[in-house]
Amino acid sequence: MTRITTDARTVALTRKSRLLLMGGLALAWGVVPLLALVLPAGNPLHLSDYALTLTGKILCYATVAVALDLIWGYAGILSLGHGLFFALGGYAFGMYLMRSIGRDGNYQSDLPDFMVFLDWKELPWFWHGTDSFVWSMLLVLLVPAALAWVFGFFAFRSRIKGVYFSIITQALTYAAMLLFFRNETGFGGNNGFTDFKRVLGFPITAPETRVVLFGLSATLLMGAIVLGRVLITSKFGRVLMATRDAESRVMFLGYQPLYYKLTVWTLSAMLCALAGALYVPQVGIINPSEMSPANSIEIAIWVAVGGRGTLIGPVFGAAIVNLAKSWFTMSFPEYWLFFLGLMFILVTLWLPDGVVGLWRKLRAGRAARRAAADTAAATVAPPAPTTPAPAPAAGGGDKSAAPGVSGAIAKGA
Amino acid sequence: MKQLIASLLLFAAMIISPAHAAIDPAMLQGLAADDSDDKIAAIAKVAALADADALRVLTAMSKDNLMAAGDKLYVADGDKLTDAATGAAVDARPAGLDTLTINNRVRSALDSALAGLRLFSTSRDKRLAAARELQDSADEALLPLLERALKSEQDAAIRDMLQIARAVATLQSADGAIRLQAAKDLSASSNPAVKSMLLARLQKQGDAYAEPDDKVRAEIEDAIKQIDKRLARADALSRIFTGLSLGSILLLAALGLAITYGVMGVINMAHGELLMVGAYAAYAMQGVFRAHWPNYTDWYLVAAIPVAFFAAAAVGVLMERTVIRFLYGRPLETLLATWGLSLVLIQAARVLFGAQNVEVANPGWMSGAIEVLPNVVLPWNRIIIIGFAAFVLSLVWLLMNRTRLGMFVRAVTQNRSMAGCVGVPTARIDTLAFAIGAGIAGLGGLALSQIANVGPDMGQGYIVDSFMVVVLGGVGQLAGAVWAAMGLGVATKFLEGWAGAVIAKILVLVFIIVFIQKRPQGLFAMKGRFVES
Repeated sequence: MTRITTDARTVALTRKSRLLLMGGLALAWGVVPLLALVLPAGNPLHLSDYALTLTGKILCYATVAVALDLIWGYAGILSLGHGLFFALGGYAFGMYLMRSIGRDGNYQSDLPDFMVFLDWKELPWFWHGTDSFVWSMLLVLLVPAALAWVFGFFAFRSRIKGVYFSIITQALTYAAMLLFFRNETGFGGNNGFTDFKRVLGFPITAPETRVVLFGLSATLLMGAIVLGRVLITSKFGRVLMATRDAESRVMFLGYQPLYYKLTVWTLSAMLCALAGALYVPQVGIINPSEMSPANSIEIAIWVAVGGRGTLIGPVFGAAIVNLAKSWFTMSFPEYWLFFLGLMFILVTLWLPDGVVGLWRKLRAGRAARRAAADTAAATVAPPAPTTPAPAPAAGGGDKSAAPGVSGAIAKGA
Repeated sequence: MKQLIASLLLFAAMIISPAHAAIDPAMLQGLAADDSDDKIAAIAKVAALADADALRVLTAMSKDNLMAAGDKLYVADGDKLTDAATGAAVDARPAGLDTLTINNRVRSALDSALAGLRLFSTSRDKRLAAARELQDSADEALLPLLERALKSEQDAAIRDMLQIARAVATLQSADGAIRLQAAKDLSASSNPAVKSMLLARLQKQGDAYAEPDDKVRAEIEDAIKQIDKRLARADALSRIFTGLSLGSILLLAALGLAITYGVMGVINMAHGELLMVGAYAAYAMQGVFRAHWPNYTDWYLVAAIPVAFFAAAAVGVLMERTVIRFLYGRPLETLLATWGLSLVLIQAARVLFGAQNVEVANPGWMSGAIEVLPNVVLPWNRIIIIGFAAFVLSLVWLLMNRTRLGMFVRAVTQNRSMAGCVGVPTARIDTLAFAIGAGIAGLGGLALSQIANVGPDMGQGYIVDSFMVVVLGGVGQLAGAVWAAMGLGVATKFLEGWAGAVIAKILVLVFIIVFIQKRPQGLFAMKGRFVES
């Protein structure tokens, strides 16, 4: 009986989420262009360039958060180096953008300005072909994917997990940051890439281009959520979550967790890279500070604030934290770090499942109260279990899990 | 200067017999010559006297106090005027008094001559400094001085230097035999300047070598080889020393973490900020001493040791009681929460002390250096920090292995519930252990304040390094942390030698990443079998 009701709920949810998806796409491709392009600047509903860029930026961040949620929430692997994949995607696309400047740079040279400045005579080998959009998109996808695959293969094969894994991913992004800070590496040193002029021939600052980039970012985000939903409701997702909760037991059942982890890890890195590639033309700059360990750990807090293992939560988390950041850094710059720090502390202490978890708890409480009232009034059968949430809440002290499993999670998390 | 002259007078009176009462005015006349070559020759002649009068006149000349009027020379000292030849005071100012002009060539000859004269100083340090200066700047004009100094010098180290200086001076002598001897003597040198001087002798000028004699050239090549060998050894030695110094810094930064993470399993991302608390404690103590005991400012650092320990420990207790206590057994959550704590602490430091770096002065007793070998100079502050690291390490070892508290901490680490069953107050032990780890971090910060910038962000730079040390060394192992820190320090410095600082850092990080794949339990794993959780 429970099974039937669960299935019914799942179907209802997919119908609802399909509606949401359609609404989101319509909003991104219909309403936003209308507000930004058609409405005159004086209209109160007009979407300014600043607001458009900020929202587009947050959509990219949200995609990264969803990507991290896929591995942290569902595979129990906390990466503190996801900023690296984001930045690598950004750099790969930035190479194309730099080449598109052509001879319009300060030095009117075929080479990017920073190379002229370093007195280089020709492009380094890894820059070849980057004037082609298709090749650079391939780079965006394949370079981070290859790095993630190789790194993940060796890490997961030696069954490194938990904090060890977090710390070596942090070391990885730190090492990459140091590498990219060097001028000799060939990516513009600490200035990175900037002063882009056009993308695919369109001027990069034109409102139309921005609206298209915004639409693409929104589509990518929704695509990431749909992909995540499909993955985790499949058998693949079941094995993944089982691995998260009790890896040894999964192995005893005859599964090899390595490839499950590796697949979702590489996929997550590619999603980050795509988000980075869309982020760079909207923000207009990419530099090695994107790879700093602090940036990567901030991604984790977006996920934690929104709620791990919920897919939709990280979107809210990224939006809440980044809107708060924009507001604080404009109004009270000196309190921003206090706020961010307290958010880290309070969320981990009191909101282990984030705002989505909080909302679910509130709703469940209301439903329970209503059911109790009904029971008292009509004295019918006891109410159904209160929290048959479709997505299992993430590990680490989950109170709804069975005590034995909970202990295993707590140690494995 | 006056003191020097006085002491020199005494010394000169002893070694040079009989003491000259005055310089031959004709000799002095050369100093006022128009031609630079003549001037330089005259300087060498005066210097060869090697007495107090020569020093007096040449010092005056190098200070632009030597004046000429007609064919007589005078030394000006403020308003007073003395006769350069006799040293007698002159009452009337002669007409046409004019300072001697000195160009660069003359000045360098003058400097060498003065260094040569200082070889007769009574102070060993001054003689040593003079001999060192002459090692690569001596020329033939100074030979008589060097010979005389060699005869009277008793100190072996100075004698060695003088011999090299003499060899340098005779390297271009007209006599082939003397040049051969010079090349032989120079093989004992370990000075890069001497090496380039020798290399210059092997250069071809047109068709002929600068050094015409085949035998001398072979000897010079041999000498260069020997110098190279010695330079390489000195280089390796100083690299090992800087590596150990870096390692001791890493160790100081990581020791606190070895307790909180290694022993207690708490991922404390705010560890770097505990270092910062220690460094700011040093800064605060410096301010207190400057305000209240300005005469003892040099000792603020010693007074800051307990302050840094307890300040950081207090912050640690606060952190443990308010946040970390609720997250035991949930390492990833601890990681995020302590990262939040670190942000709060950074911002608190900005609010309290300003966003700029603050100035923490090295006490006087930490400045300076000792030279163990030529070209191997060990700065005192580095040596003291290595010693301090050893001190802190032994403190931690004693605490963990020789006290009741340490035993409790180890017991809780090994088996929390068993320890609780036999009456160990585990919650209080957690707090105390965390406080100790934090306090040790404070001591590390105190040491860092002496060699690195002290600012709100200073801790961030050490967090990755500290974790690397602990992870590489193996969790829960003090010995592992020591080996890892020293190994990383020395390896980094040697890699820096051939790959540059940034690449060296990257290589070390990549090495650790690969190493962890192979040995996730670190260098020194705890013995025993573990059921994987």
